Amino acid sequence: MTHKITASHIGRVIWSEFKPALLASFWICLLAFPIMTLSINPTNQSFKFSLDRMPYLALGTFVLSILWRFFLKRRAFIGITKAVHQSEGLPEDLRKGPKPSWLTVVKASRYRRQGIYVLLAIMAILPFISSPYTVNVMVTALIYVTLGLGLNVVVGVSGLLNLGYIAFYAIGAYTYGLLNHYFGLSFWVCLPLGGLTATLMGLLLGFPVIRLSGDYLAIVTLSFGEITRLVLNNLTVTRGPRGISYIQPAGFFGIDLNGAPKEFLVNYLRVDPAMDINKIFTYFIILCLVIVTIIFVFRLENSRLGRAWLAMREDEVACQAMGINRTRAKLTAFALGSTWAGLAGVVFASQITFINPASFSFLGSILVLSIVVLGGMGSIPGVILGAIVLSALPEQLRFFSQYRMLLFGALMVLMMVFRPGGLIQSTREVYIHKTNGNGKGDGNGTARLEALTGAPKPEATGERP
Amino acid sequence: MSAGLDKGAGANAAGTGTGSGSGCVDPILSTVGISMVFGGLVALNSVDLSIERGSITALIGPNGSGKTTFFNCVTGIYKPTRGEVILYPALDLPSKSLKGLPADVITHEGLARTFQNIRLFNNLTVLENVLIGRHTRMRAGLWGALTRNRKTRAEEAAAIERSYGLLVTYGLDAMANELAKNLPYGAQRRLEIVRALATEPKVLLLDEPAAGLNIAETAALRDLISDIRENEKVSILLIEHDMNLVMKVSKKIYVFDYGRLIAQGPPDEIQKDPKVIKAYLGED
Ligand SMILES: Nc1ncnc2c1ncn2[C@@H]1O[C@H](COP(=O)(O)OP(=O)(O)OP(=O)(O)O)[C@@H](O)[C@H]1O
Ligand SMILES: [Mg+2]
Repeated sequence: MTHKITASHIGRVIWSEFKPALLASFWICLLAFPIMTLSINPTNQSFKFSLDRMPYLALGTFVLSILWRFFLKRRAFIGITKAVHQSEGLPEDLRKGPKPSWLTVVKASRYRRQGIYVLLAIMAILPFISSPYTVNVMVTALIYVTLGLGLNVVVGVSGLLNLGYIAFYAIGAYTYGLLNHYFGLSFWVCLPLGGLTATLMGLLLGFPVIRLSGDYLAIVTLSFGEITRLVLNNLTVTRGPRGISYIQPAGFFGIDLNGAPKEFLVNYLRVDPAMDINKIFTYFIILCLVIVTIIFVFRLENSRLGRAWLAMREDEVACQAMGINRTRAKLTAFALGSTWAGLAGVVFASQITFINPASFSFLGSILVLSIVVLGGMGSIPGVILGAIVLSALPEQLRFFSQYRMLLFGALMVLMMVFRPGGLIQSTREVYIHKTNGNGKGDGNGTARLEALTGAPKPEATGERP
Repeated sequence: MSAGLDKGAGANAAGTGTGSGSGCVDPILSTVGISMVFGGLVALNSVDLSIERGSITALIGPNGSGKTTFFNCVTGIYKPTRGEVILYPALDLPSKSLKGLPADVITHEGLARTFQNIRLFNNLTVLENVLIGRHTRMRAGLWGALTRNRKTRAEEAAAIERSYGLLVTYGLDAMANELAKNLPYGAQRRLEIVRALATEPKVLLLDEPAAGLNIAETAALRDLISDIRENEKVSILLIEHDMNLVMKVSKKIYVFDYGRLIAQGPPDEIQKDPKVIKAYLGED
């Protein structure tokens, strides 16, 4: 037997690659035939038939299909070579952990602290030099960051698929909307109340669904989301589909921000005169909320409770065998995740001053879930990036108007195939062995460990592995 | 439900226990007439078994004879259909019934186990796996996690120290920051045992720890088991198919077949027991 590569051999390989692409192309053409060939002329109510667009569709599908197959092959190949590399020098190799991509380097970098300060400074200046429209988009993005981080606790960390998350956001928003509308309660009173109401609702929903997992949990939470929306739509207190308007923006010690403070800002800091200063204030409120959320979620993840959630996500049986009360862990995750949605909801109501049930559709839940999945399940920086991408992207894609959702869907599919761990994959806390003064651990189990990424303690030697 | 169940321990081939139902002088854990029925299948049939304090006891038997089911019943993964599980925490302390308690409470009471098919927390690091084992011995709740107050920090530091100490003692410290799923198979088995030890168990239940290990790894495992017994003051119940290992480490062996105990005794007796030979080799 010889292994000469003949022309017919190459031909066969090419054919084996092209055949599926051709099939895909043919299939799409068939499916899209009526939409692509027939167009309605509304003026004289007649159909127009034309095959003009079909070649483009066929060719486009074919090329995409080839690319798709190529990248899949490449990915499989990379996977194999990686596995081979790993199985070689195992223990030595393993100490290094996963190969750092530029995204993971962000987390472990020794300049992280400085990076955060710079980022905070930029975030603080940004609203004063932006247009009112940009500030609005930024507030929305930050609300989604909060939502994403909250849902991340439920889905990413604890592994409980919640498809009705937006309901808790609605509950927060309506808590403020209703209390403000009927009783004139202020934002600052309603912020904790909104969070609390959402938590209670989370617990309330949590008790019956706690025995469910996986698909069942997803279905029940999905229904809960829809029920909440329908209830809001049909109750008279909530004013049904008309919603609640003229909700007060957050107050600042009773000072009218659009009076003297605005004059000052416009005159001395050259802030856009069209700016509603209340929006800037809302921006800072949500920014603080995001910062607090990040700190809390980070602390949770590296705590006894957070590890219990992670263990539950990883293996429900083993987690119980480790002494974790699964029911309690699930309930706290569910309720706590809802708290953030409630808080975000209150801010949302104060931002747009008008809420109605349509703002809280199933699509909202899906969007927040996409943020978590796209960003990286269980990864805080990932979720932040995901929220920014997914809340800013649709704004940028307005240009494509009707194809927006299509592009969005395609993006998600591509992500799941080529980077299932999300944009920034979650990395676990790294602990380094702290040398005991003389450069050696005593090896008797009394070695001190410190979190690499945690706050450096005064006595830390500052060395990195 | 009790269709195929013997009534009481009298009919049990191994029912040689003294009145108390425990076959040894100073048991740490014993079961009395424990039975488990799945639909029509009697997976465990009135098993009386006891583990002597501080000893290594082995559980052997052909595939499907109910060994893992026994573990699941004792550790609260399954609720036994009938029977009692009793823990004797210390000579001067009253005994406790573990029957029907949830798995996490049983772990808290001092039973820890490994699984036949390794169940690690794959996407967490080796150190975190062990830290989760410390869960029952820690107290911090939501408030502590959010405020990260002095008490929580101290507790956390102690837990990390303790966990890392275990990794050092049992030779896994070099991989402390590696994800559990990336460990070689032998190290995964070892980690599962260390994770169970982190719960500070009184009784450690190992389900086929040598399954899938090569000869060298099995030898290392044998040393590990002896080390554990010396270091940790823990009694061990071991399911194992590797007869060489079982005969070397265990003081007493129980033999299961079709959900019943068919023999019990020290290794040399068991090796010669015709009932055991028959169970393993089939009718002749
Ligand atoms: N959850 C369950 N539902 C139904 N039947 C079960 C269940 N768990 C175990 N069984 C049955 O109980 C019997 C005993 O199984 P078990 O896993 O305890 O055997 P084993 O002694 O551990 O065997 P092996 O050596 O193969 O691990 C088997 O027939 C098994 O099919
Ligand atoms: Mg088994």
